[in-house]
Amino acid sequence: MSTSPKADSSALVEKLERESRNATRAMLAEFWYYFSQNRGAVIGLAVFLVLVVTAVFAPLIAPHAPDMQYRDSFLVPPVWQEGGKWDFLLGTDPVGRDMLSRLIYGAQYSLFIGCVVVFVALTGGVIIGLIAGYMRGAVDTFIMRIMDIILAFPSLLLALVVVALLGPGLMNAMFAIAIVLQPHFVRLTRAAVLAERSRDYVVAARVAGAGHFRLMFKTILPNCLAPLIVQATLSFSNAILDAAALGFLGVGAQPPTPEWGTMLAEAREFILRAWWVVTFPGLAILITVLAINLVGDGLRDALDPKLKRS
Amino acid sequence: MFRFFLGRLGLLIPTFLGVTIVAFGLVRILPADPLELLAGERGMSPERKAELMRQMGMDLPIWEQYLAYLGNLFQGDLGTSFASKRPVLDEFLQLFPATVELSFCAILIAVAIGIPLGILAAVKRGSFIDQTVMGTALIGYSMPIFWWGLLLIILFSGILQWTPVSGRISLMYFFPQVTGFMLIDSLLSGEKGAFLSAVRHLILPSIVLATIPLAVIARQTRSAMLEVLGEDYVRTARAKGLPPHRIIGLHALRNALIPVITTIGLQVGVMLAGAILTETIFSWPGIGKWLVDSIARRDYAVVQGGLLLIAAIIMLVNLIVDILYGLVNPRIRHN
Repeated sequence: MSTSPKADSSALVEKLERESRNATRAMLAEFWYYFSQNRGAVIGLAVFLVLVVTAVFAPLIAPHAPDMQYRDSFLVPPVWQEGGKWDFLLGTDPVGRDMLSRLIYGAQYSLFIGCVVVFVALTGGVIIGLIAGYMRGAVDTFIMRIMDIILAFPSLLLALVVVALLGPGLMNAMFAIAIVLQPHFVRLTRAAVLAERSRDYVVAARVAGAGHFRLMFKTILPNCLAPLIVQATLSFSNAILDAAALGFLGVGAQPPTPEWGTMLAEAREFILRAWWVVTFPGLAILITVLAINLVGDGLRDALDPKLKRS
Repeated sequence: MFRFFLGRLGLLIPTFLGVTIVAFGLVRILPADPLELLAGERGMSPERKAELMRQMGMDLPIWEQYLAYLGNLFQGDLGTSFASKRPVLDEFLQLFPATVELSFCAILIAVAIGIPLGILAAVKRGSFIDQTVMGTALIGYSMPIFWWGLLLIILFSGILQWTPVSGRISLMYFFPQVTGFMLIDSLLSGEKGAFLSAVRHLILPSIVLATIPLAVIARQTRSAMLEVLGEDYVRTARAKGLPPHRIIGLHALRNALIPVITTIGLQVGVMLAGAILTETIFSWPGIGKWLVDSIARRDYAVVQGGLLLIAAIIMLVNLIVDILYGLVNPRIRHN
């Protein structure tokens, strides 16, 4: 037995890493087990994946360009109705654009909005919440009062006013929605940090000499992730709904962008003449939001140990 | 109880002051100059502008302006609408009953349908009924209500022609405003058919506005009920041989309703946000439509005042809910 201490320790590190990988894999397997128990969640996930594929490959899938106007085909009904054309499966809008193609490109906008808003709200919210929960005292009080103030306004109204002040447009709308969704992340993170910070493993890390940043981001944060993931999913669907509402009110994405809410706003005056220009964009919003909410419910069941069936 | 009330009120004051700062600040960081909006396209001379700024106190330091704003606020002065030249508070009070009427009917629908459905789903947990109710509730929760409103208009106003498309009452009827609530005023007027017309105008917007709160209340009632049904005292009641309707109606429901009350209170904010969309779709002359129109007209005094009043109402409702909560649940009060 003449192995050097160095080789010995590297073997140990490798063994520990392997075990930790196994543990992660076991955790994921357990998570998937609980998640897949929920049939709705699996269906929601499947629909969501289809939407992602649609959005990514929109240029390949869409039969027409989203802003191409066919002068001879204004308000053509869907193909199964009298007067429908095979060229336009879901009909055309008042200026002769293909509904189906616009809906397909619209998926890009909705998913993009959801991703950006959740990223901004989550990052901002987690950092602010970590600071509030970790620092306590005056900083905490100050931060939480500001969050209370934001929460005192109905989110859509505040977003509407912020966009009205900044000027209409998709970017400003996303920014406004991120602002109004952020307090939820701050509150959740802070509550989780408060629950975790006096636990033994955090105290141990502190005694071992971990700095503030390491304690906040590497020690505490990973243990607060479950509620944040669920909230992120809910915020994703909220962001899509709110952005569509702002588009509908005329301050979100601007025409001729094929954003679903904006499409609805453009179609409003035709509701009694051409049902399809109103029905399909809204249906697209509903299906997307519903799919994400189904996933959110499944995630909550799978990640929340209190609700786990034992 | 009084100390509990004071404590809650004390928490609200800093938040309310913060809300006034936000309402005040939002209009100050405008990219557009309100005075230029006032002048319109012809513009105004620098001298005139300076004079107006002095008149409106806009040459003072920002904190003095804020204090003046706060002072006016406590005297009930929320500024004057650029568009109508009327005090913002007067306009608000004139339009508010329409929104209250709509929201009240909506919350009534949401509670009257949501709570029984939630109880039913909880009692029949895992059954086909439970799955249908919860599936429908999730659809309602995910609904873009502005689209839902349009769909209902297509069906009920377009195809079936049962309900009118917009407004609060048919133009045939004209009677003085007494309470501002169309249902009551139409009854008071004594005109034949006026009440029915008001109901027909109210029904679609109420359904649209009720959709999301209904879904939330049904989901919340179900989960609160499930939690309570697992408690020891329910098991005891069962063991005593009480009939199921007594167990559910008396022992379980009363305790399950406590968190549901909070949920209903929280829906007021959701309602007021939903009113913005619902009133726009149905041309309902309430504060939601007023705010959207004012934003489009860049009538910032109205936006500022409306934002503040709505936030104040929501805070007030939350306070009332908190107090109710303390009344029904002594544990909260003494904590």
